[in-house]
Amino acid sequence: MPSKRGAAPYVFLAPAVTLFTLFLAVPIGYTVYLSLRRTKVKGLGLGKGAKTEIFVGWDNLKTAVTDPELWHGWERVVGYGALVLVVMLGFALLFALLLDSAHVRLSRFSRISIFLPYAVPGVVASLLWGFLYLPGMTPIGGIDFLSPTAVTYSMANIAVWGGTGFNMLVLYTNLRAIPQEYYEAARMDGAGELEIAFRIKIPILTPAIILTTVFSIIATIQVFTEPTTLRPFSNTISSTWSPLMKVYRDAFVTGDLYSAAATSLVIAAISLVLSFGFLRVVRGRAFGES
Amino acid sequence: MVTKRLAVAVALTAALATACGSGGSGGSAASAPASSAAAPSAAEKVELTYWNWVPNMDKIVEVWNQAHPDIHVTSSKQAGGDDAAAKFLTAAKAGNPPDLVQAEYQMLPSFVAAEAVADLTPSAGGLKSQFGDGLWSLVTLGTDALYGVPQDSGPMMLYYRADLFKKYGVDVPTTWDEFAAAARTIHKADPKSYLTNFSSKDPGWFAGLSQQAGASWWGINGDAWKVAVNDDPTKKVADFWGGLVKEGVISTTASFTPEWNKALADGKLLAWTSAIWAPGVLSSNAPKTAGKWEIAALPQWNAGENASGFWGGSAVAVSAASKHQDAAVKFLTWLNTDPAATKLLVDQGAIYPAATAAQGALSTAPEFFSNLPDFWQKAASFGAGARGFTFGPDVNVTYNAYKDAMDKAVAAKSSFSDAVTSMQDATVADMQKAGFTLAQ
Repeated sequence: MPSKRGAAPYVFLAPAVTLFTLFLAVPIGYTVYLSLRRTKVKGLGLGKGAKTEIFVGWDNLKTAVTDPELWHGWERVVGYGALVLVVMLGFALLFALLLDSAHVRLSRFSRISIFLPYAVPGVVASLLWGFLYLPGMTPIGGIDFLSPTAVTYSMANIAVWGGTGFNMLVLYTNLRAIPQEYYEAARMDGAGELEIAFRIKIPILTPAIILTTVFSIIATIQVFTEPTTLRPFSNTISSTWSPLMKVYRDAFVTGDLYSAAATSLVIAAISLVLSFGFLRVVRGRAFGES
Repeated sequence: MVTKRLAVAVALTAALATACGSGGSGGSAASAPASSAAAPSAAEKVELTYWNWVPNMDKIVEVWNQAHPDIHVTSSKQAGGDDAAAKFLTAAKAGNPPDLVQAEYQMLPSFVAAEAVADLTPSAGGLKSQFGDGLWSLVTLGTDALYGVPQDSGPMMLYYRADLFKKYGVDVPTTWDEFAAAARTIHKADPKSYLTNFSSKDPGWFAGLSQQAGASWWGINGDAWKVAVNDDPTKKVADFWGGLVKEGVISTTASFTPEWNKALADGKLLAWTSAIWAPGVLSSNAPKTAGKWEIAALPQWNAGENASGFWGGSAVAVSAASKHQDAAVKFLTWLNTDPAATKLLVDQGAIYPAATAAQGALSTAPEFFSNLPDFWQKAASFGAGARGFTFGPDVNVTYNAYKDAMDKAVAAKSSFSDAVTSMQDATVADMQKAGFTLAQ
């Protein structure tokens, strides 16, 4: 009897553990394994047996960390990310508050039209904007959207266009969950719409804002689609513009899966630090009070 | 970071899955039902897969399949270019490659270095006499082995808009100096028009122009590779184009982009230094300009010469992992040397065949060039002096470095020969890291 009871939890756990092992632990383990190896060529490297796989320890990781191109990539992505985060989340919050205010008309229509770009796949969005940016095709004259100085803004614009709707919807849904009594009480105390927004809505929204920020940080670290799609149109985006592009280049363009694995590990570590670092900094504010 | 890891996880799982799939079941599952059917002819039937991006290859393969019930070939259309090479190398590494693959000449050494393609000397070595020496050396890499059979070739020449040259009073340039002068004249006459463009996205194009000037980026010196991507002829070519870019008299729009298509269609780009396969590109990108183009030899570095280079062209290679190499060789021999097959390649696939006999049999000009009934004869004479060079085992690194370095040089209008030197540095660094022996 006791043994049977003892087995039940494991049976319930089995699907989760199996899925975790198959689709997370094993691939991550394989990435680590790859990152510790590389191929070694002898002589001309032609003919049978000229190429062998050898163990190199931390060499790939060391090379990945000391490659200036990776850090230049991070610089570009941090600049791009800061822009996207501030503008996109700013707009998302603004639209959510506007849609939630008592005086708004056509709320349903506005909500859907702001959300709609999110339903457009990233590649399609980048191509769509790419055609608007191309100097020879753009209907907007006078500005070179793909010049070295403008290209970051042009790409951030695509991300803002595509991402605002989703974040707005998350915030808006949270706003709808706030009991109306709070607002009534505030109005009785003489608060206007603006004061309600700043003193009631935004403080209650804080956890949701933090959630959308973490998601957005993760998304910007992974920026790949926009620069990769725009690259053929412009000579200002290099093959290592973002860290993930470098991984792609190493793995599939220059055929060095081992370096790509090492760089992926570095990116994963940095993503972890950034996301948890942000959560740690804001934890007191967001969750400490509740 | 959860999604990030998930992405890596999914990618690697997919790789694992294909690796296991081919080892465990792929081959045996396909043959099992055939043998149990107990019909001898069915049991001997060979299934071949063929990755390529030749237009209408499925129709050409169908002709083979009709005539050869024992060897059934399935053509699988690929995206072409760098992506196709990366895909093949990844599939080979995962143990699940196709039996036959279209291999651009510059990618073949990478395939060989990855041990992804088979040596065909015993079964196809006898085909040597059917191809020119230059093309044959591209599939032997100058060794005793044979890694593929040439399918098409891309000698370079000059395509130009005869009507617009006349309008601007420009003669067809026969030297690069005249080419530069023409660029200035045209841009001065109409600031929105350019003679041509410098494409920082097309390393193969630049390699062809360097070949014309006498460059030799790689060479085999005993048991060592000699790498000279920044040799003097290449620097000369780079600085020539860099000068025109700096002057602003040529366009820097990359070729094969929507903007480039538009400029061609609008008559804002008057010439293209391209390969013999260009009619296909022009007819799909600027169909309304049909009949307005003419062809000439590439401008020369020394007046009176007839030098050219190669841009593109590919061979058909057999996977080292293929279980049916003999059948694969039978098919590719038919495809690339049988007169009926090469005629199909020309008519349906719109390629310039590599086999010498097939080149001679070309008569009807491409539809886009119906104004030039002797298109093929002219083209053959312009391409007769095309020089090639040996490609190294990491062309993908060099080509990627070209895109990054030339993008930068074009944007900053900085030195193009410095860009070529950074291509050399990237190539050498990669080969050293991989352990290749390099000659000094």
